Amino acid sequence: MKNNKPNPLTLLGRRLKNTSRKLTFRPKEAATPASADGATMNAAPLLSDKIKTTINKLTVQTKNVRTYTLFDGTTVLEPFSKTPLIFLILGTLSVISWNVTNINLFYLFSRFSNFFDILWRMTSPRWSYFSTAIGPMLDTIQMSFLGSLIGALLALPVAFLSASNITKNRFVLGSTRFMLSLIRTLPVLVYAAILTLAFGFGVFAGTIAIILFTFGILSKMMYENIETVDLGAYGAIEATGASKPKAFVTAIFPQIMPSYLSYSLYSFEINIRYAAILGYVGAGGIGLLFDDRMAWRRYQDVAILIIMLFVVVFTIENISRYLRKRLS
Amino acid sequence: MEKKLTVKEMLDKQPKHHLTIVLTILILGSMTLWSMAAISIPSTNEGGITIIRSILRSLADPNRDWLFTLRPIGIPRQMFETVSIAFLGTILGAILALPLAFVSSRNITGRLYSFIGILSVTLIRTFPVFVLGLMFVRVTGPGPFAGVMTIGLASIGMMTKLYVESIEDIDKGVIEALDATGANTLQKIRYGIIPQLSANFISNSIYRFEINVRNATILGLVGAGGIGSTLIWAMSAYRWKDAAAALWGIIIVVLVIEFISTRIRRKLASSD
Repeated sequence: MKNNKPNPLTLLGRRLKNTSRKLTFRPKEAATPASADGATMNAAPLLSDKIKTTINKLTVQTKNVRTYTLFDGTTVLEPFSKTPLIFLILGTLSVISWNVTNINLFYLFSRFSNFFDILWRMTSPRWSYFSTAIGPMLDTIQMSFLGSLIGALLALPVAFLSASNITKNRFVLGSTRFMLSLIRTLPVLVYAAILTLAFGFGVFAGTIAIILFTFGILSKMMYENIETVDLGAYGAIEATGASKPKAFVTAIFPQIMPSYLSYSLYSFEINIRYAAILGYVGAGGIGLLFDDRMAWRRYQDVAILIIMLFVVVFTIENISRYLRKRLS
Repeated sequence: MEKKLTVKEMLDKQPKHHLTIVLTILILGSMTLWSMAAISIPSTNEGGITIIRSILRSLADPNRDWLFTLRPIGIPRQMFETVSIAFLGTILGAILALPLAFVSSRNITGRLYSFIGILSVTLIRTFPVFVLGLMFVRVTGPGPFAGVMTIGLASIGMMTKLYVESIEDIDKGVIEALDATGANTLQKIRYGIIPQLSANFISNSIYRFEINVRNATILGLVGAGGIGSTLIWAMSAYRWKDAAAALWGIIIVVLVIEFISTRIRRKLASSD
């Protein structure tokens, strides 16, 4: 709510709001209970304001609401807690989802031992499978490396196009942002499935899918970052007589470079995980083996794949985390 | 006081990054070459281009019968099932992650137990969502039920990690202050700990829900319910209009959920 003159009471109220028990205020001199709220309402009250006012009215009409009197004589009401309402909504949604998804607890408990059975068989990995799996694993790393690199390179110019402080043209801004959010909605696996139909099975389709995914998320992270950049330095350098591109490179780049590199490394980290499943739709890498070994119930081989994936992800995550710490 | 330097001397005194830059370029370059060698670019075949063109064309003209029907095969019903899987999975994951997070927080249990907790979370995280899905299909049989279990287990990793961060950030002063007023343990948890964590927890869970909806859209590929099976089935049969209808279903639902989730999380962050 917009309040032109900060009422000392509201200021105090804000401070009290931060304590563990939240309180709402009703100034003592207020004639009608809701007028404290009503006074600040503009001509066309928002729906949320209307709801708030109604709740306040109800709160006051209910006699058994706890009231507190402060040192300066102001009465303070304990507000209705929203928690029961939230729990009610969550509960209703859960019941609906429960019915939709046909959850059968009896079935779960009677057959859950199968899950541990599979896990148990994974505890004795068949080490000789390693030599077969190493090739696809390297493919997975190569796919995600190249995908992240190209995706990151493509993301930077588009991020500038969709940053509201750099691009002033609203049409360009809106259309690039809309395109980016469209790209981000579809899962990588769907891209991979479409691309394998177009380019045939293999690593190429997977790499393109990773490029698209990296491009989508990195552009968004970067334009949000670029919007926080301090443009003062840019203006200052331009004022010394530097050309626009030169001012851009000297003033803006150093500000965004560390986060750009750090986000790129981060997307490489997550891409390894995604690349590992792309093989499921035939887009190359270790995912194909996962599918195959699971279908044949060779859990000892699946264990090898998981161990390999774990080692690779762990190594890359730690290298990347170390580099990102150095960057910041 | 240090003697004043000219601009040139100042520039010379800057730390030298040449070695780092050269090394980075060398490493990046060699990795690129190594990766390029593995990826053979397929010769542009007519079939591929036709397929991409027909997919794009049918995105503009999806199968409307599927998109706007409430029959079980229709997209709305399937997306509803997908969102339900994600919703229950998120709740399951949130409940499972809570005790794990308290165990893994260094300021609650100490070094040893937090290490064990984090190790087990890392182990769970290593399983790709797909493999978990395939495993649960073996346990509960194909269907959305397997999807719920998969999403629940797959959410544990990230949720625990985010929970641990907020638990380790707890301001102990509040608890000491409550101690001083004579509060008992239950009151300390109710008034000292829950208010500090709830906003963060809710925000993380909503964020994970957003990710889970995306994950649930592809779980159908392994037979764990949701829209994925329809999509893959339509695509492998080259029925682009049906596939496009499924794609629109995913796009619309994901965008709406992302919008709502961002709104709620922004509100939670500002009310802190």
